[in-house]
Amino acid sequence: MEKTELDQTRAPIYEALEKFREMRVVPFDVPGHKHGKGNPELTNFLGEKCVGVDVNSMKPLDNLCHPISVIREAELLAADAFGASHAFLMVGGTTSSVQSMVLSTCKQGDKIILPRNVHRSVINSLVLCGAIPVYVNPDVDRRLGISLGMSRDHVRKAIDENPDAVAVLVNNPTYYGICSDLRAIVKMAHDAGMLCLADEAHGTHFYFGENMPVSAMRAGADMAAVSMHKSGGSLTQSSLLLIGSNVSERHVRQIINLTQTTSGSYLLMSSLDISRRNLALRGKEIFRKVVEMAEYAREEINAIGGYYAYGREMINGDSVFDFDPTKLSVHTRDIGLAGIEVYDILRDEYDIQIEFGDIGNVLAYLSIGDRMQDLERLVSAMAEIRRRYKKAPDGLLSQEYIDPEVVCSPQSAFYSKKKSIPLQDSAGFVCSEFVMCYPPGIPILAPGERITSDIIDYIQYAKAKGCSMTGSEDPNINNINVLV
Amino acid sequence: MNLWFSEYHAPDVRHSLRVTRHLYSSKSDYQQIDIFDTPEFGKVLALDGNVMLTERDEFIYDEMITHIPMSVHPNVQDVLVIGAGDGGVVKELTRYESVKRIDLVEMDGQVIEACRTYLPENACKLDDSRVHIYFDNALRFIRRSSDEYDLIIVDSNDPFGATEGYFTREFYGICYNALREDGIMVNQQGSPFYKHDAEAMQRSHKRIVNTFPISRVYQAHIPTYAAGYWLFGFASKKYHPINDFDEARWKSLHLSTKYYTTKLHIGSFYLPAYLEKMLMEVEE
Repeated sequence: MEKTELDQTRAPIYEALEKFREMRVVPFDVPGHKHGKGNPELTNFLGEKCVGVDVNSMKPLDNLCHPISVIREAELLAADAFGASHAFLMVGGTTSSVQSMVLSTCKQGDKIILPRNVHRSVINSLVLCGAIPVYVNPDVDRRLGISLGMSRDHVRKAIDENPDAVAVLVNNPTYYGICSDLRAIVKMAHDAGMLCLADEAHGTHFYFGENMPVSAMRAGADMAAVSMHKSGGSLTQSSLLLIGSNVSERHVRQIINLTQTTSGSYLLMSSLDISRRNLALRGKEIFRKVVEMAEYAREEINAIGGYYAYGREMINGDSVFDFDPTKLSVHTRDIGLAGIEVYDILRDEYDIQIEFGDIGNVLAYLSIGDRMQDLERLVSAMAEIRRRYKKAPDGLLSQEYIDPEVVCSPQSAFYSKKKSIPLQDSAGFVCSEFVMCYPPGIPILAPGERITSDIIDYIQYAKAKGCSMTGSEDPNINNINVLV
Repeated sequence: MNLWFSEYHAPDVRHSLRVTRHLYSSKSDYQQIDIFDTPEFGKVLALDGNVMLTERDEFIYDEMITHIPMSVHPNVQDVLVIGAGDGGVVKELTRYESVKRIDLVEMDGQVIEACRTYLPENACKLDDSRVHIYFDNALRFIRRSSDEYDLIIVDSNDPFGATEGYFTREFYGICYNALREDGIMVNQQGSPFYKHDAEAMQRSHKRIVNTFPISRVYQAHIPTYAAGYWLFGFASKKYHPINDFDEARWKSLHLSTKYYTTKLHIGSFYLPAYLEKMLMEVEE
């Protein structure tokens, strides 16, 4: 078989670019900055080495729309490294991987089973293709106020009630590091003739680290969107789409080419290539160190008192089937501060930027780029915040998950006639747009859902605490678009 | 032999010392450690290529970072020293009989070992029975303490490398918390002269001002440091460095010094106009 002979020490796109650089080719093609010479300010800022390989597709460098040489080889190497039948290099972010995954499997009117705490890119792709979401309520941890994974019974029930659904989509893991029982869900989906798709925006390291939750490909899932630029170390906006043996590579390529640029960035592609090589050769060691750092930080933060940095003790065999040990999520409510408040104080007063804060939690993103001395700063800053700001948690909202009522498909809601009304008067109307806190970018309201007074209260509370709200036409969310 | 050691004091300024012998060179887990001999300054300790001390001028730094707070606080018993693996600060502190305990936290044990071997004059008091050496990250060590020390001396490297965490708000906050209600923290505060140093100095001063009710800056002339002009921060919960300075008490101890005097104590807090302006900018 072709794949077993692949050499993971190779990085074909990177090697081709190095060769291209040595050939000192005179460019009479795009991009117009001509290896940076036409834009000295940009070259000065990004560096000659960088802009020198910001080049167009050409024979020796292959073409992302129809790869036959070095990009193809890089994709085969990536597929081999991730244990997939094929891997597509993606340059439109994991949003483009998720979209291609959904558009490859669903068409107008098809049903797709998914948890409500999906990333907005999933529901956006339903707007594009007209598929109907069947939401499985994720379990909720009442104390932490976070959505967990999907329980097996809830998935089973959704499949039984919707035998005509075409696919089940799973977060592997959630932003907070929580995994559903992916192997069982794959089996249930396949037994019912459905495909299983995985949003692995936060799961790249599952493919390389030891003692990690199971990866989508190993669990037998059919497609997975993998954010290489998160734990994989590649440049922002680069991503991978993986497929298993049940899915046609040619069909997926056609779907990708519907929306993907024809000028794929070689900076992004080479970063995927080099990062894949790094993970294949050194991933085990890299993620061992990241887990060690995360475990250390959890112990130290829990020793401060008041905070709860959660880990594998959350595992319950079902809706928390597994936990990603590299994640450093901390519950802050017991010191009397909302997560978003801790997030803001860390940035404004301590020059520490973390991934996000929500109502009750903060999440610090750890990677191989971190140093122990920086972790000591984070832990000490959290100790200081507790000393300076601790108060009784009265009046802090704890509940976060609100069960949505889907009135019509995201697509028909998005394209229907609508009007803008004040948020406080919108209870009972059907929303035609998204409302979310970003990050984590999980919708509070999605197009086609009924607005309730609980939801209005939640949005107003999140705004008051300083969450940045996105998705709606009115940037301040004083008004909201509803169906007429 | 014409061998020179050069250190960049600014991107376009170098300070060079002629070297007669390279005595020690090793890369620890944290930094590159070098000790070499020079005709003008004697033995020199450099970390990551930055001069930490020379035999010739170390007395200025060690005396000024130690005697200023010791002559203000009336009863220092428990002291925490951060960094200072060379032992110079500890040597000055052990001259005070009132001091009962000196906890020294140095993250890099190899610095201490190298100094014991090659700079024994400096490191000689590290074996004093009052001295307890902990090899640990200072942030980690201090955040476990509360209401425990009368004096904290922060003898760190510069704010751009392995010790950059010692110039942060969280660091000053946990120091505040580790001090008793009348405690004092003194830190090396860099130089105000070259732009890069000046900005770092302003940033850390601002953070100290935000943490301690009393925060003053004082100065010394140190030939081998950038611009030959160095600052220290005096941060305190209760005592003012001049109003609460007890000249008679200090004089009664009969400690002989080469740089520090009681007149200089007061004078060192009178700063040039450009520096006063820089400090005021961040104090508002």
